[in-house]
Amino acid sequence: MADFQIPVLSDEPAEFVPELQPGTMAHLRPFVAKPDHNVPLGFPGELVDDWKDKAIGRMGDLLNRYRSLRVYLDSCVKCGSCADKCHYFLGTNDPKNMPVARQDLLRSVYRRYFTTSGKLFGPLVGARDLTQEVLEEWYTYFHQCSQCRRCSVFCPYGIDTAEISMAARDIMDHVGYGMKYCNEIITKVHKIGNNLGLPGPALQDTLDGLEEDVKDGTGHDVKFPMDVKGAEVLLVTPSADFFAEPHVDGLIGYAKVFHQAGVSWTVSSYASEAGNFGMFIGSYEQMFKISNRIRKAALELGVKRIVFGECGHAWRVAYSFLNTYAGPWDFLDPRYPVPQHILEFTNDLIRNGGIRLDKDANSGMVLTVHDSCNVARASRMGNVPGGQFSVPRDVIRACVPKFVDMHPDTIHDKTFCCGGGGGLLTDDLMELRVKGAKPRMEALKQVIEQQGVTHMAAMCAICKSQFTKVLPYYGMKMDMIVSVHGLVSNAIQLGVNKD
Amino acid sequence: MSVVTNIYAVLFYVATLVLVLGVGAKVASYARTPAPLKIPTMPAPLTKAGAAFRVGREVVIFESLFRSDKWLWLFAAMFHFGLLLVLLRHARYFVSSDFEPLWTLIVLVQPFGKYAAFAMVAGLLALLGRRFVLARVRYITQPSDVLMLLLLLGIGVTGACMTFVTHTDVVGVKSFFMGLMTLRWQPLPADPILLVHLACVAVLMMVFPISKLLHVPGIFFSPTRNQADDSRERRHLAPWAVRMDAERTN
Ligand code: SF4
Ligand code: SF4
Repeated sequence: MADFQIPVLSDEPAEFVPELQPGTMAHLRPFVAKPDHNVPLGFPGELVDDWKDKAIGRMGDLLNRYRSLRVYLDSCVKCGSCADKCHYFLGTNDPKNMPVARQDLLRSVYRRYFTTSGKLFGPLVGARDLTQEVLEEWYTYFHQCSQCRRCSVFCPYGIDTAEISMAARDIMDHVGYGMKYCNEIITKVHKIGNNLGLPGPALQDTLDGLEEDVKDGTGHDVKFPMDVKGAEVLLVTPSADFFAEPHVDGLIGYAKVFHQAGVSWTVSSYASEAGNFGMFIGSYEQMFKISNRIRKAALELGVKRIVFGECGHAWRVAYSFLNTYAGPWDFLDPRYPVPQHILEFTNDLIRNGGIRLDKDANSGMVLTVHDSCNVARASRMGNVPGGQFSVPRDVIRACVPKFVDMHPDTIHDKTFCCGGGGGLLTDDLMELRVKGAKPRMEALKQVIEQQGVTHMAAMCAICKSQFTKVLPYYGMKMDMIVSVHGLVSNAIQLGVNKD
Repeated sequence: MSVVTNIYAVLFYVATLVLVLGVGAKVASYARTPAPLKIPTMPAPLTKAGAAFRVGREVVIFESLFRSDKWLWLFAAMFHFGLLLVLLRHARYFVSSDFEPLWTLIVLVQPFGKYAAFAMVAGLLALLGRRFVLARVRYITQPSDVLMLLLLLGIGVTGACMTFVTHTDVVGVKSFFMGLMTLRWQPLPADPILLVHLACVAVLMMVFPISKLLHVPGIFFSPTRNQADDSRERRHLAPWAVRMDAERTN
């Protein structure tokens, strides 16, 4: 099945510190971006001749732009507290996948060119010249970080390796050495409107098809509107929701919830993507441009609210950054937070009786939930800290007969990345994705065996795609992954609570 | 005035200058550099006061470290709290005894500071040991990490020696430092252990602004810890990003 060794799952999730096996992942790197993917984004087509000076120059720019980078490159005491917290290290045993070691790849160059100690003492303080070899190492290991921020939770200074990885990727893009997967996708967003390159007419067809399917299945006229001016809500959802499994069940769930709540909504063909891969490549400019597509769509359609579908990194950009990039939102209805998560929307309706759910529709299912890293550690839902954990669980519990959580060290803000986040959801990194999923697979296996769990709900397009692909490597069924709103879609009682 | 006194007097003036200017410059650079995006590690407090309290907990009880690694937390706590008490005890060298009520407090802290030296040295030894014993920590250790621990051990051990083994002329030491502060130099007792102790301290002061000791100011500027979770309520914009609003076509 695979030309690499699939990790053996241990029975003690999250308690086992692996042996170091230097270099086990040194061979694995994503395809390099071609000029077609780079030039439209304003990056050099390919590695420039004076890349060394350019890279150091860009590092200097970023140091002046990002306090996080400056403080984090200085503050690490090499305590190793983060070392055994990264799923890629736990799954690959490669010591360069320890967060601190990953940071050191960049820090060593920072020391050499930007600090007194590095200039005075060199290798004594871990400073090294920027060479071709170092660049290759950056390319390899900064594309083995899913920017999940688990390391940041456990660092005594909150050092966030995601910030370092983003900076490193930005530097590489600026010398023409970016990764194909992300840059190609961003090019598509600008050209077509979404990551998957689904043009407007095709999107319309898909939505019409869904409308028919739901009508056939339920007898109800649940609409899937596109580009409808004057709709109350603009739904921005990851484009995988339009056709991938199990994502599309989630989209059907959102549509049923809007239908039942009597709230008019629309998607936009221009901003038909919640994902913002600008974050993965650490580009403020790209995140800005992609975010402002949503602002433009909201203005043109004259909506009053913006609601985001289930997607982890999209929700991070939406919750934490959208106001910065595309606000202020003074043209939207001030009674609602901007943006809102579909789970917040649905949960409010469940609580105030706006929709009714029948757990029997999901009978026989025992659910657990995977907290997506970007939802758990980089955003919030609801009004209280930690709402990002309780809101999805409340919605799931309302939909299914039985729910259990996985090992406490693998949920909430200690959750493990699915293994495919951070712009790594590409086939050229399959080995990394399978190995990086190991800690989550261990925790999942435990609740399957001990508590009879049959399904794991996910609230992120990347998690859903990653798990359906990776579960079979570990002998589990790919269809045990469900969208949270797929459960809602099954359980919702259409037409019963209108009074 | 002896050569030794002159050398140490100059050394401490230079070390103080390097420490204050160096750390000051670093702090200024941290303060000047904006954090353009809201990146608190969630769940985070909703208010600025809450975020300040979170930083306070990191500084005082090492909250994140406690969640991560109980042994490391213990060693780090032994060292840092030991050092804190020892430092408080050292205030007696820099404060005149008629300076009340501070002096009474300094007298009160003396016995604690005295024995805290053991906690400090034990903590340092444990921290040093794990750098060699734990493979993953050995991998990330650079020579400077070991040297830093040795330097601190040098300070701790010589200091404890002077308290518990061969007493030094503490009155002479005090008059030396009071003299430095009032620019009326007084002789420094030429006790070899004292000289090693003070030389290590001066080196530590001088490497502070160019070493990982920058974690001390760093924690206060860490955006993942000091930011409040309020991005939907308040628009957060870095000065360098303001102009981009004008580039929008709508
Ligand atoms: S952000 Fe996540 S993937 Fe990256 S180093 Fe930290 S724990 Fe590992
Ligand atoms: S936990 Fe923080 S300070 Fe410790 S090694 Fe990791 S990044 Fe450095």
